[in-house]
Amino acid sequence: MTAANPTLDALRDDGGVPLRTRLRRAERSRKLRYAALILPLALFVLVVFVWPIASLLARSVDNPELRDNLPLTLAALERWPDEGLPDAAVFDTFARELEAARGSPAIAAIARRLNREHTGLRSLVMKTARKLPLADGADARAELPAIDAQWGETETWRTIRRAGSPLTAFYLLSAVDLTTDASGDIVSLPDGEAIYLDVLVRTLVMSLVVTALCLLLGFPLAYLMATLPVRQSNLLMILVLLPFWTSVLVRVAAWIVLLQNGGLVNQALMALGLTDAPVQLLFNSIGVYVAMTHILLPFVVLPLYSVMKGISPAYMRAAVSLGCPPWRSFWKVYFPQTLPGIGAGALLVFIMSMGYYITPALLGGPQEQMISYFIAFYTNQTINWGMAAALSAVLLAATLVLYMFYSRYFGPTRTGQLQPR
Amino acid sequence: MHRDIFVDDRVAARAATAPEADALVSMRAIQKSYDGRSLIVANLDLDIRRGEFLTLLGPSGSGKTTCLMMLAGFETPTSGEIRLAGKIINRLPPHKRDIGMVFQNYALFPHMTVLENMRFPLTVRKLPRAGIDAKVKRALDMVQLAGFEHRYPQQLSGGQQQRVALARALVFDPQLVLMDEPLGALDKQLREHMQLEIKHIHQSLGATFVFVTHDQSEALTMSDRIAVFDRGVIQQIDTPANLYENPANAFVASFIGENNALAGTVLGRDGELSSVRLSTGACVLARTGDAGGAGQPAIVSIRPERVRLARDATPLAWRVPARVTEQIYLGDHIRLRMTVADCDNFTMKTPISKLDRCPCAGEQIELELAPEHLLALAPNPAP
Repeated sequence: MTAANPTLDALRDDGGVPLRTRLRRAERSRKLRYAALILPLALFVLVVFVWPIASLLARSVDNPELRDNLPLTLAALERWPDEGLPDAAVFDTFARELEAARGSPAIAAIARRLNREHTGLRSLVMKTARKLPLADGADARAELPAIDAQWGETETWRTIRRAGSPLTAFYLLSAVDLTTDASGDIVSLPDGEAIYLDVLVRTLVMSLVVTALCLLLGFPLAYLMATLPVRQSNLLMILVLLPFWTSVLVRVAAWIVLLQNGGLVNQALMALGLTDAPVQLLFNSIGVYVAMTHILLPFVVLPLYSVMKGISPAYMRAAVSLGCPPWRSFWKVYFPQTLPGIGAGALLVFIMSMGYYITPALLGGPQEQMISYFIAFYTNQTINWGMAAALSAVLLAATLVLYMFYSRYFGPTRTGQLQPR
Repeated sequence: MHRDIFVDDRVAARAATAPEADALVSMRAIQKSYDGRSLIVANLDLDIRRGEFLTLLGPSGSGKTTCLMMLAGFETPTSGEIRLAGKIINRLPPHKRDIGMVFQNYALFPHMTVLENMRFPLTVRKLPRAGIDAKVKRALDMVQLAGFEHRYPQQLSGGQQQRVALARALVFDPQLVLMDEPLGALDKQLREHMQLEIKHIHQSLGATFVFVTHDQSEALTMSDRIAVFDRGVIQQIDTPANLYENPANAFVASFIGENNALAGTVLGRDGELSSVRLSTGACVLARTGDAGGAGQPAIVSIRPERVRLARDATPLAWRVPARVTEQIYLGDHIRLRMTVADCDNFTMKTPISKLDRCPCAGEQIELELAPEHLLALAPNPAP
């Protein structure tokens, strides 16, 4: 059969290796070459991007306080059947480890961690630690309840065991204003303590407003740039890019100068007789919106411009020649073709404003602080890595959800129109 | 007989202010300038007859596209008036003109399917849904694209996109259809096919088509009449056959088809024939085109396929000596390149069956240039 089929024979070289195998070998070596080319970048991304983010996210569920400071007690508690009081060994180990932690930051960590599970445990731990060590040969199982009756309650030991688990959802739940009650159910925080959902909503709303402002201001500008002759549009492009070459901090400082009570804007308003007293433009939402819109405007103008540049003026002419009035032609024919640019620009601006820190921190009041402010606060001031990581995780999740939304509705594979022919 | 046509044309050109009775569009004294210094269209008078296929033909920059854009309403004339069905439309915006247009790169809306593209002109006219669907179906059937309704333009081949663009420009039954070099992006074979298809669609619809191209064979294939543009002026407007056989001036003669031009001086004129002395001193008789009187420089023009080898019966006055420089064999015919008088690129084209013996390169021969095929024209003014 093979002999009757000359094509198959021709597919073998002198050594009898089939064509398919030779092709596969050639492909493999090419793939290896490509892989080697991107290897440095892949390593770089892994080391400075993927790994730090992963380790930060791990912090948001990490639960090290009791693990590190009461390891033996927790090991002993493993054998406790969860009924009645733990045996004497548990009490002894606990008293020894608590004593060892006394006078070091460890005791504060233990107390704080237990207090988070159940209010009041901080003072219990501190009080007990002060009374340690127990007399030689004393029975810890009897002595500890004598220091405080809470040591004789099953619930206290359950709390210790719970707080000693390697992972905790506490930070993540806190970041969305939830907590676990004594029975382990997830419940909302009481009104006075809930803040992060408000912050998250505020972050989303402010980002939305900034995105909308950028689109409103950027769309006509991009359209102008795309339709003007090259010389003028190049000049406009330089004006758009100019702020890019200035540091964000300098631009924010400039806005402070402009917007302060004795600043140019207020002086102009008063000179025009529009207002008698200076208008408060700083340390409220006005200042933040003005500065953020200014800083982020190029990010919506550039993608829009590049998309608009690719839309032939013939489309508008065609629509008009088919009987559609110019404005309607614009909306029905031109505008839909700019949607990829609008989507890309809006996504860029929105995601960047979600993480904005410096501008709201310098120009806004307490009511304008966005989620990044709290991340920075926990990282720099209270050194609460768990909370900082959990808020970051929430921010990351919100951003990813947004991106999925974008790629679903604006992405390159949305309709057949942008697929390769 | 030929002379009569010329006289008619000149009279028509001078008395152009009166529009023709069956003109759908008449453009009068149209001028267009973009920079205020030079005229892109200089003093254009043009009547487009109802139901005709008129081609605006000319090299790039000759003003043909500007002329089309003024018809469509995308450009306004600097001066002059355009009438559509009797009404002046100079200031009428393009969307109110009811003129269909096919663009160079089709301009199919990329975010709409074929069906949505086709419906577009009908929905903006607020036609009832059933009427829209019937019209769209008819138009797609006409261009043989039934079944492609739900494709996006990018999923169609160039020829299919071209047909959709054509169908979209026709679907709302415009009285006038403009086409701006619509076949330029297609390959040669498809272009020739589409030329015939557009021509047949025109014949079956009876609408008025105005077609812009720089491709003279395209113009000859499709048109009822061709207006030849150069430097903003219509050089001649006539049927394809008349343009080819009786070009009004040296530009038209050289632009349409192949042409041999011999420079000389007019010796005298005897009604329909002029006698022209070539630079070598030889004299030829030629029909009088727009050449001037005695003493004026002139160009004697003849088509390569009208050149023949001299026979015994050839009158002495028709004989012109030539030296063959090259012989090119093309299967169905042979081309001979030769030097005649001052022209060293004189071409003769003849079917092989008409040749008893083929002259070789370097051979001295005699040609027969019959006066009925020679045309004495005024030389092109220097640009």
